[in-house]
Amino acid sequence: MKIFNYRLIIFVLSIIFGIVFSIPSLLQTDTGKKISLGLDLQGGLHMLLGVNTQEAVTSKIKTIATSVKYFSDDEELLIDGLSIESDAVVFTVLDKDEIPKMDEMLNQIKGLAISKDDLKYTLKLTAEDIAKTKDLAVVQAVETIRNRLDQFGLSEPSVLRQGETDIVVELPGIKTAADEKAARELISKPANLELMAVDEERNDQVNTMTSSQAASYGNIILEDTNNPNIKYLVKEIPILTGSQVIDAQVAFDQSNQAIINFTLNSTGARIFGDFTAKSVGKRLAVVLDGKVYSAPNIRERIGGGSGQISGGFTVSEAGNVAIALRSGALPATVTLLEKRSVGPSLGADSIKASTIALVSGFALVFVFMIIYYRRAGVIANIALIANVFIIIAVMAMFGATLTLPGMAGIVLTIGMAVDANVIITERIRELINEGVSVTKAIEDGYSNAMRAILDSNITTLLAAVILYAYGTGPIKGFAITISIGILTSMLTAILGTHGIYESLLPRINKDKNLRKWFGVK
Amino acid sequence: MEMFSTEKIYDFMSKRFAFLGLSSFLIIASIVLLLTKGLNFGIDFVGGTIVQVKYEQTAPINQLRDIFKETKYSNAVISEFGAADEVVIRITGSSSDLTNDIADEMHAILAPSGKFEIRRVDMVGAKVGGELREKGLIALGLSLVVMLIYVSFRFEWRFALASILALVHDSIIAMGAISLFSVEVNLDILAAMLTLLGYSINDTIIVFDRIRENLQITKETLLEKVINLSVSKTLSRTTLTSLTTLFVVATLLFFGGEIIYGFSFTLFVGIIVGTYSSIFVAATFLVQFKFSVEDFKVKEAEKQKRAKEKARNRAMYEQGTV
Repeated sequence: MKIFNYRLIIFVLSIIFGIVFSIPSLLQTDTGKKISLGLDLQGGLHMLLGVNTQEAVTSKIKTIATSVKYFSDDEELLIDGLSIESDAVVFTVLDKDEIPKMDEMLNQIKGLAISKDDLKYTLKLTAEDIAKTKDLAVVQAVETIRNRLDQFGLSEPSVLRQGETDIVVELPGIKTAADEKAARELISKPANLELMAVDEERNDQVNTMTSSQAASYGNIILEDTNNPNIKYLVKEIPILTGSQVIDAQVAFDQSNQAIINFTLNSTGARIFGDFTAKSVGKRLAVVLDGKVYSAPNIRERIGGGSGQISGGFTVSEAGNVAIALRSGALPATVTLLEKRSVGPSLGADSIKASTIALVSGFALVFVFMIIYYRRAGVIANIALIANVFIIIAVMAMFGATLTLPGMAGIVLTIGMAVDANVIITERIRELINEGVSVTKAIEDGYSNAMRAILDSNITTLLAAVILYAYGTGPIKGFAITISIGILTSMLTAILGTHGIYESLLPRINKDKNLRKWFGVK
Repeated sequence: MEMFSTEKIYDFMSKRFAFLGLSSFLIIASIVLLLTKGLNFGIDFVGGTIVQVKYEQTAPINQLRDIFKETKYSNAVISEFGAADEVVIRITGSSSDLTNDIADEMHAILAPSGKFEIRRVDMVGAKVGGELREKGLIALGLSLVVMLIYVSFRFEWRFALASILALVHDSIIAMGAISLFSVEVNLDILAAMLTLLGYSINDTIIVFDRIRENLQITKETLLEKVINLSVSKTLSRTTLTSLTTLFVVATLLFFGGEIIYGFSFTLFVGIIVGTYSSIFVAATFLVQFKFSVEDFKVKEAEKQKRAKEKARNRAMYEQGTV
């Protein structure tokens, strides 16, 4: 008498695998790979952000203008009318002999389309470079947001790019509204630091000036961060930007106000030193995200490349600004396209509800199968239990995420996995009723039912794959559990039950009561 | 236990016009519903904001409606959600500003209404809604095409066409029910519809598989008789698996909570319609398409003759007699 056959051995091995690898997830042990719960089950924040990539292009143009200005100042090369007009830098070189020198400098900047009309230069970005800049902006934004969230100390933040301009941010660690708010503010802060020169000649007219008048002088009007009535007229092209900041820390001034000390890299330090040396007696506006935080008088050349931002921060604000400055500016602002936030209590309710559904669905199918098919039903049920363990184990191994629709997927899989056993047992019953011997009925039952089972599983699998490709978040979770469930059910419901029958065959043959085994009359 | 005798052959085909009539009625009614009442699209597909609030006591819905009239969200729709202490507030439109959050605003607006907890805030921008809608339609269309390709590959073209018609039949009626009961159509409904496509076609395939099998072995030349035999033989299986699946879907429907109600509802209706169509409707299309048993047999015989000839040629070749 042969109790073990290869089918049964594979089945038993897969049950062992299923139990061993599902234990960490089921008992929530500290070690071992576990299924992670989706945001809809454990609570958290999901956001889809859109990067306004055009801004990155605009800011690159601005940087080019800054370089032109710095170069011409440095080389004492006379230019006139340096300004930005609809994504192009325009200026005129005053001395014809300086043109080769200017050309040489401009040729070092990559991705530039230069057009010259006599002495007037128009610098634009090439189409290729615009596309590259936009792409880089998204990559950089992902990097920056990830850095900021990491420093903020949230558990397992996930920041991923989606499509051309979008970013998906998932924060499972968020539990309270206050946390959520802080995280959102941290993400959205552009942290665009600019050091700009105040136009001292015209600043006294700032309150009567329109922005187009200011633009005609190459200036812009900025408001004070604490008092919008105080305005400054500053040169449109900044002296330095936050990209040259290498460190930023919170400190306190004499009156115990929170301030931020920042350190510049070597190029930044040189430019800053040169500028302050030339501008003694004038004011320097410290601009963060388009607001003037302070505009101190330059008393002497500032070497060493460090400076400070003060302006009535609270300590936590200062902390966030410092994090944002350290992790770099967002190359462009982001807007919120989609947001889903689930409180932890709702997640717990969903887990409870779906577990009840899972258990009662299971019980119903169980009882029904035993009443209808007797021992064949018991065998099918063994396969069903094994299937649930194996689904959990496989999901844990791949680190898959379990979502609420995913739970529904497991519940549904129970209904569908039992399908294979129903098809097989019906075939066996038919054959037994036709008077075929049990041994042959089981063999033929399996082989006849195989085609139908494969067809039905493949069609469901096809639908699941399409769902995975086009679904988002929780829906993808459904597609995953249902696909895994279908595949593992082939192992348990077909191979596993067949193995059990094979090893029980001698006993079934001895036992003349087939009603007990297959529920036939 | 046996629900249907495996011996008995039911005469489905003689009543086929009654079933076709019923199906036509259901389809026409569904289409009329879809065209007049339409689908109640949720925020996933049209954009908007949903706020789910749980109170410590019974939610003061009327008071809430009054409160919202005074705010800029005067068009907010407030309804009970699953239990008396829980409500959802639906607002058209969405804010793309990261720093000013709707949840904060809601806290301020709802403050006078009692003790509560904001449990869920879903906000979908109009652009994302449009994209999701587009993707959803593509997914549905693609599934139908993929199923059609698969079935054509496995069966004769009239079988394929009949099964796809049955699939369209099931989807239209399921959507009609979604419209009739004003179920909110979100991404989960799409998932349910796609699952149904897979489920419903596999029921049909199993019946068709048996028809094909019987066509090969039977001496009967009347298609109606072969269909009756095949549908009767698979009747137990079709109803049983539908029943077990229906059991679990019913438990999801009753115990799964309000959030997956729409999903479970769609599956519930879809499984019933899908089972009905694979027993009573799908095979009748074969008769309507004038599928001929005799032609099938001639073709099968030719196929077998060719196979035999090939085998003989091969044998001769291997024996070296060619």
